[in-house]
Formats: sequence, C-alpha cells, structure tokens
Amino acid sequence: MMGRTIFIDPGRCIGCQACVSACRECDSHRGKSMIHLDYTEPGMSVASLPTVCMHCEDPVAPCAEVCPADAILVTADGVVQQADTTRCIGCGNCVNACPFGVPKIDLQAKLQMKCNLCYDRTAYGLAPMCATVCPTGALFYGTLEELQAERPGVQVADSFVFGDVMVSTGVAMVVPADKVQWPVPGGLPVVEINGVDVR
Amino acid sequence: MTATDPAKAVSRPVPVPLDPSISPPGTRNFRDAGGIPADRWHADQNGETLVPTHCCFCGVQCGMYLRVDKGGKVFGVEPRNHDINRMRLCPKGINAYQQVNHPDRLTAPLMRRSRDEEFRECSWDEALDFTVSEIRRIQQAHGNDAFGLLGGASLFSEKTYLVGKFARVALKTKHVDYNGRLCMVSAAGANKLAFGIDRAGNPFSDILLSDCLLIAGSNVGECFPVMTQYLWGARDRGASLIVIDPRETAIARTADIHVALKPGTDSAFFNAVLHVVIAEGLTDEAYLAAHTTGWDAVKAIVQEYPPARSAEICGVPAAQIVQVARVFAGADKAMAWHARGIEHHSQGVENCLSVINLCVATGHIGKPGAGYGTITGQGNGQGGREHGQKSDLLPGGRSITNPEHRRQICAIWGIEESELPGAGTSMMEMVWQMQRREIRGLIGICNNPFVSLPNYAVVKDGYDTAEFHAQFDFFLSETAANAHVVFPVTTWAEDEGVMANAEARVVKHNKAQEPPAGVRTDTWVICELARRLGAGDHFDFPGSREVFEELRVASAGTVNDYYGITYERLDETGGIAWPCPTTEHPGTPRLFEDGRTYHPDGKIHMQVVEWHPPMDAYTEEFPLSLTTGRTVAHFLSGNQTRRLGALVEQTPRPWVEVHPSHGFRTGDPVRVVTRRGSEVFPALVTEAIRPDTVFIPYHWPVPTAANALTIDALDPRSKIPEYKVCAARIEAAERIDEVPAPPVPPGREAYPEAQVSRTDPLPPTSPQGRGTAERS
Repeated sequence: MMGRTIFIDPGRCIGCQACVSACRECDSHRGKSMIHLDYTEPGMSVASLPTVCMHCEDPVAPCAEVCPADAILVTADGVVQQADTTRCIGCGNCVNACPFGVPKIDLQAKLQMKCNLCYDRTAYGLAPMCATVCPTGALFYGTLEELQAERPGVQVADSFVFGDVMVSTGVAMVVPADKVQWPVPGGLPVVEINGVDVR
Repeated sequence: MTATDPAKAVSRPVPVPLDPSISPPGTRNFRDAGGIPADRWHADQNGETLVPTHCCFCGVQCGMYLRVDKGGKVFGVEPRNHDINRMRLCPKGINAYQQVNHPDRLTAPLMRRSRDEEFRECSWDEALDFTVSEIRRIQQAHGNDAFGLLGGASLFSEKTYLVGKFARVALKTKHVDYNGRLCMVSAAGANKLAFGIDRAGNPFSDILLSDCLLIAGSNVGECFPVMTQYLWGARDRGASLIVIDPRETAIARTADIHVALKPGTDSAFFNAVLHVVIAEGLTDEAYLAAHTTGWDAVKAIVQEYPPARSAEICGVPAAQIVQVARVFAGADKAMAWHARGIEHHSQGVENCLSVINLCVATGHIGKPGAGYGTITGQGNGQGGREHGQKSDLLPGGRSITNPEHRRQICAIWGIEESELPGAGTSMMEMVWQMQRREIRGLIGICNNPFVSLPNYAVVKDGYDTAEFHAQFDFFLSETAANAHVVFPVTTWAEDEGVMANAEARVVKHNKAQEPPAGVRTDTWVICELARRLGAGDHFDFPGSREVFEELRVASAGTVNDYYGITYERLDETGGIAWPCPTTEHPGTPRLFEDGRTYHPDGKIHMQVVEWHPPMDAYTEEFPLSLTTGRTVAHFLSGNQTRRLGALVEQTPRPWVEVHPSHGFRTGDPVRVVTRRGSEVFPALVTEAIRPDTVFIPYHWPVPTAANALTIDALDPRSKIPEYKVCAARIEAAERIDEVPAPPVPPGREAYPEAQVSRTDPLPPTSPQGRGTAERS
C-alpha cells in the first residue's frame, strides 16, 4: 500500500455519485469521469460501491504489463498513470488484463479512461477530487494512520485473491474487522471442464 | 462592487499547464452542460480566483469556492474547508456553478398581454410599467388584497425581508407567502409551540457527540448527503442509529434499527415509543418537573398508544417500538433529527411535537450531543421565514396579529399601523383563492408551483384564472412559462447576501461574477416596482448590504435577533447562529443549555398529540400509500438541476418504486392512479420499500409529475400540504409517459446536454433510480 492513497469504504457509500461529478471537474480528466459506481444488489437494496483504479503494486499493474505500446506508466510513488494518449493504440488489452474491471476504452476518442489519482492535485498536496468531496467518507485519501485516527478500529485490506494469484494494491478497501486476516477473494470461481481441473 | 474581492479571494497553487497538443481526439469539442466553452478544460488558470461562498441548494449550506477566470466569469468549483462541510460536496453542489453561465439563462424581460400570445423580449421599462399598471388596475377594481405575492426560500434573507416589506408597504396587500410553506413549517410550528423559538436546538457538530441518533422521515443520504459525515462520525464513536422511513434508504440500510412504518402513522409510533419509555421508567422526571408544563396530559394520552395498538396502525412489529424506546431513552445523549418525511402531513405539526415529547421526556435536550433538529430542504428554508415573508409573520419572527409587534415594525418602516395589513393565507390557499377569483393578480419570486405544489390540476386552474401573473426567475420555469411578465434576475453567484442553514447558522454568500447584460438583482426589481408604485421612499436600497442593515435593526430585541450579526463578522467567522443580540455576542449554536426556553415562563410547553389517519382514505379501489420525495441529483422542482447535463444523466426521469409482490418487473410501464389523476412511470422493483407503499420522486413536470397525483390537503396549523401520503393504486400500462424538456426563452432551442436520456425508455438501474455513471 502506498503511503498516501485512497481508501474505499463500501459501508459508507450512499450512491450519490458526488465522486463521479467531482472526477469530471478535475482538470486532468477533461470532462470525463474516471470513476464509476456499482450497485451490488439491485432490486434488493440501495447498496453501492465506488470503483476507482486500485493502482496495483504486486504484480506491477497488469494493465501496464500487457500494454503493447508501453503507454501506461507507473510512477515512482506507485501511481498507475492513464495511458499516454500519444502512445495508446486503443487495443483494449488493459481492459482485459485488469482483475478489477476498471479501465474503459473510449474508441471514438482513442482514450483509455482510468483513475490516475488526480496527479495534478496530489502533486500539490491536495486530495483527489473524488475523495475530497465524498460526503460520507466512503472515499478517504490519506495514510492508514490518518484513517485510523479518524475511524478508530478501522481495518483495511490491500490484497485480493484471484484464483492462484494474489494482487496487492496501492488503493485499499475498508473491510469488516474479522475479514482482514486473509485476502479478500475476487474473480471467478475455479471451474472444472469435463472433470479436469483447469487451474 | 468588483466581481471578486481580492481581500477575500484565496490564491490557488498554479498547476502544471496542460499541453493542448496532447489533447485526445474528441475531447476538444466536449461541451459541458452549462455553456462551458469548448476549451474549458484548458482554461488559463494562472489568473484564476477562488471566491468563497456557499452552495445555493439545500439547508446544509456547504462552503465552496467558485472558480472565476481572468475575465470575471465563473467556470468551476473547488471544495472549501468550511466547518459545516469540511470540503465535502454532493453532486448538486459540484454542478451548481454550471447554471451561472448556462445558455438557458433569461437575459431580457419577457412579456405578453394575454396567455394566447407568445412571449416577446421587451425592455425593462416596458415590463415594469405593464406590471405596475396591472397591479393598479386590479387593486383599484377589486381592492388591495386582490393582488398577491409568493416568495421563495432559496432567496437571500435580505430579499425575503424585502418581499415581506414590499407586499405590506408597496402593494399594501395581506397576501404574501413563500414556498418554505412546502418545506419545514410543520417543524417550525411545533418548535414554536413547545419552545417559543422556531429553529433546531443543536448544531450539526453535536451529532458527533451523541450516543444515539434518531432520524425520522429523512432520506439524509440523498437529500442532505453532506450531513451523513456527521452521522458516520458519531457511529465511528459507537453511536447507534435509528431510522424511521417506509423505504430502506442508504441511511436506513446501515441503521441499527430501521423502522419501515406505513406513511402517515408517525405520531402513533412516537406516542407508543413514549408509552414504553414511561412503562419502563426511562423518563427524566427531575428534568420534566423543573422545566416543563403539560407533561401529565401528555403522559395520559400516550397511555392510549400501547405498542400493540401502534404496531397495528404503523405496520411494524411491536417489539421494534420497544427496542427504539430502550435504545433512545437508554442512551447517555440522544438526538432526534427529522425532515419532510414526518412534516409533509396533514398532521405534520403533531408528528414533530410527538418527537419533541420523546426528547423532552427522556431529558435529551439542551446538552452537547442531546437535542433535536429539523433538516431544512431549501437553502434558506430557515432564514426565509424569519423576517416577514410568511403570511403571518413580521420581521424578527414577530406576529402580524400582535399589536405591540405591529407598532414596532411600523415605527421602523415609517408607516401608520392602520396601513399595515393583517395576516394573509398560505401558499396553497392563495391558489384556491385564485380559482375563486379572490386573488386576481400575482407576482412569484423564486418558486415553481407548477411542479412543487400538490394537485397540479388545481394549481394550473388557479394560475390560469389569475388575470395577471409576473414571475422572477433566472430560468424559464414551468410556472414562469405561464406568466404574463418574466423578470430575468440574478443567480446566487451574482449577488451577496445571507442565508440561515438548518442549524440557524447565518452564512454569507459572496458575489463571484457580474450578472449577464440585461439581468438585474431581485433587490433592484423589487425596489424599482416599489418606486413606480409610489413607495420608493421606503425602498431606497442600492444593494443587499443596505437591506441587511435595516433587517438587523428590525430584528433587534426579538427571538430571531440578528442585530449582532454583520457582514464583516460573517466573513471572519464563517457563520453565526442567531439569536445574536450584540456585535460582541458569539451567537447561539445550542439552545436551552440553561434549561430555559423562549416562552415567557421559560418552560417547555409539552403538547398532547393524538394520531389521526391521513386525509385520503384507503379503499379497495385505492389500497396503497403513495409517498413522494427527492433524488440526490435534483433539487425541488428541478428548474435548476434538470438543465445540468451531469445531473440529468445521473437521474434522467422519475420512476415508481414498487415492491416485488405486485408482480411487475423493473422497467414495466406502471400506471399510478389517485383520486387526482393518473400517470405512467417505469417500475423500479425493489425490496427496499413496503409492499403497501409506492414512491415517486417529485422533481418533474406533468405528465411525469408526482404532484399531479398528490393531495392538496393541509395541516390545519402549519398549512403544509400532505405530500407524503395519499391513497393510490397501480396497474399495468402500455407505454411510459415521456419527460418534457424544460421551457426555454423564445427563439432558443432546448439545450442538448439537458436532454440526455430524456426519452430513454430504459428504467433506472438502481433502487434509487440512478443511471450508471459509466456510459461509454
């Protein structure tokens, strides 16, 4: 987990989309939102969850690893940048590689859309727009110590299991206290085909 | 005054300039809703100024900076670390700036001599002269009271003061009221009866100190999103959360106890809770003996509401009533906050009184972390009625029927007491009077009753019957589109003034840009009309600052004392809660700390509350409860937010929320029928609502207006309409009613960005009707 990062607390999300509107307002995003909101139980409850780039650390950003044009750069402090538009060829490999389903491709604009942690703000010590405005603190920007000072007892996870692969991320997720001891499961269940384990 | 005051502006770090040559294709032509130039994202920020101000929307009044470019134009927003919101903003606040330079803005007066004609742009002189001649014609033929004035609670307090003074002194009519009548007047009435003061008892910051929070009839997550940070902050410390709401809202979802009671049964519920509190010996008898009157009568009446009886009325388990009583009364410090959910009823005052009775009986009052509050829907819902805009009030919250109060105000205004009209009627009653031709002319300022009043057919008929109707607005609202004259006035970013938020904290809005050519401030228009009506001597106000000075003096010595509040102090402090009698006084964020109220005897006057059924009776034909409310992306009648692309995209249209037990699938066309009419909405099938209740958000006009279906029954004391419950049925329909585009001035086309998804047949994708954010 990078030092100062975004913490996502789904329990606090009210689905208001202030983060989405704020992201559009960030100068580096030029009117497009790089964050989206998922509804986890439509028809059952109003539960919702903001999705930002998790800024994967280990293995280093699958999206960047698979980019054939070397358009996605990872900064020294762990921020996985948006694809450089002068290099991006719009192939969509990053979309397929991301275990969290974050990057989107705007084919018409030849633009990869993904959170870059508001580098134009964080470089000046400001928090990313989404976490600045989030009315409930479902998105929090700071260090783990700052989060824990504000929310005593809070526990976070920055490791996610996808099959045999465990991905450690720069962005962390607030989890129920008894769940932090093991990585948060993700991805699809392992399946057998014709009785053969295909893992 | 200059567009931005350098002394108040805050410099911003200069970001790394973006290289236009690397702009991705397709984004250079991006045109943001709100008329932002195509290169808005590459604006030269070196000359940018940040003007500190507040959001124009709800009663939280979040602090924000408006970003102003070198040319003096508002072009963006930046969060502000004001202690109300500590940087937080909701999507409405983030997008609010886009209306300042929106292409739909009215920039010249519109006029027509009859409703059969089309609007035409005209000069200010022509519009003002025509209005004054119509006022004179109607008043000479039918008396002064044949002309009415309807104000708004989104106006600065200076303007609401002027509206009240203009009605009484220039128009000489008793008929003045405001759209705060549709907001929190039930709570205001209850607070006045119980405590002798009309405001919340505690500041928001007290929420953080509380051990138990009871939220009654308030969808905090959508209507006051920024307030949720206080609720979560309290929960981080271990506070329990009780939510009373027929829907499982975002706040209810994570509550310790969610009581999903049937709409219109709130006072039966709270009486039963108090019944249990008494039965279990959880009352604070020492506090009751020392500080209250009427406790014995309240105690006697709640004996008639055992949990079993109320459980049947409310449709909730009796055990839940017992649980709420134990958790609330057993907490060290507990607070109750309520909003329109319990106030929009024909028994709205009683509902609020039943909550007050519970707080008082348990001793949860007047302490840090213990008390009550009502969450204001409109930005100045609190301040909008304090200084004489409401039909029965004079400045300083004085009663217009109290001879002493009348004398005091007449002395300040320089008129004879005999010239001061008496009490008028409420907003809905004025519409009925227009139908009966008792009121023949009307000026509306900052309101949109065609969407916001109940029973649209009656409202339309009332306005159509009026011989003359003028409207002040900065967009052509559905109501303004029905007028004879429309005055183009300023937005909140083009003038300065104060608002009082839900805590009764007075905050100052600052001017960020000059108004567009052709646009005047409401203050200028009111004063100019007064001058042409021959009352100019009483309306010599160059701007808001001068009005505020008179308002301060007019409120001095009253309960609503603003005398110690000055613009300079507001700039320094970020807000002062009234009463504030002297310029050294720090203000009064928390009431009753010494146990004294604002009644002459200093006691809390507890009031007996009896539950009665809602006004619209359930029958086999109309078995369901229809309830209405807001969605997070839109504000009130939607006149402002339905024009902003991001908000339209977020929630393009209304829907009807129904329980799965009715057999519909999400997206099915469902006709909702009440005794007032019927409309067709896409179904949003969700388990987050009671099976006997359906919900429609109310921000849209006919034929998708919830308020075409709601009942125009009023609370007898507060005269608030019963928006939150009426009898209804639902049935399958063929096709969904389409949402009409917002009206625009003649010669202009509807702004395309505001049309996003307008005819999209897809239903909303979440239980709260929000569209997906990612549309690519």
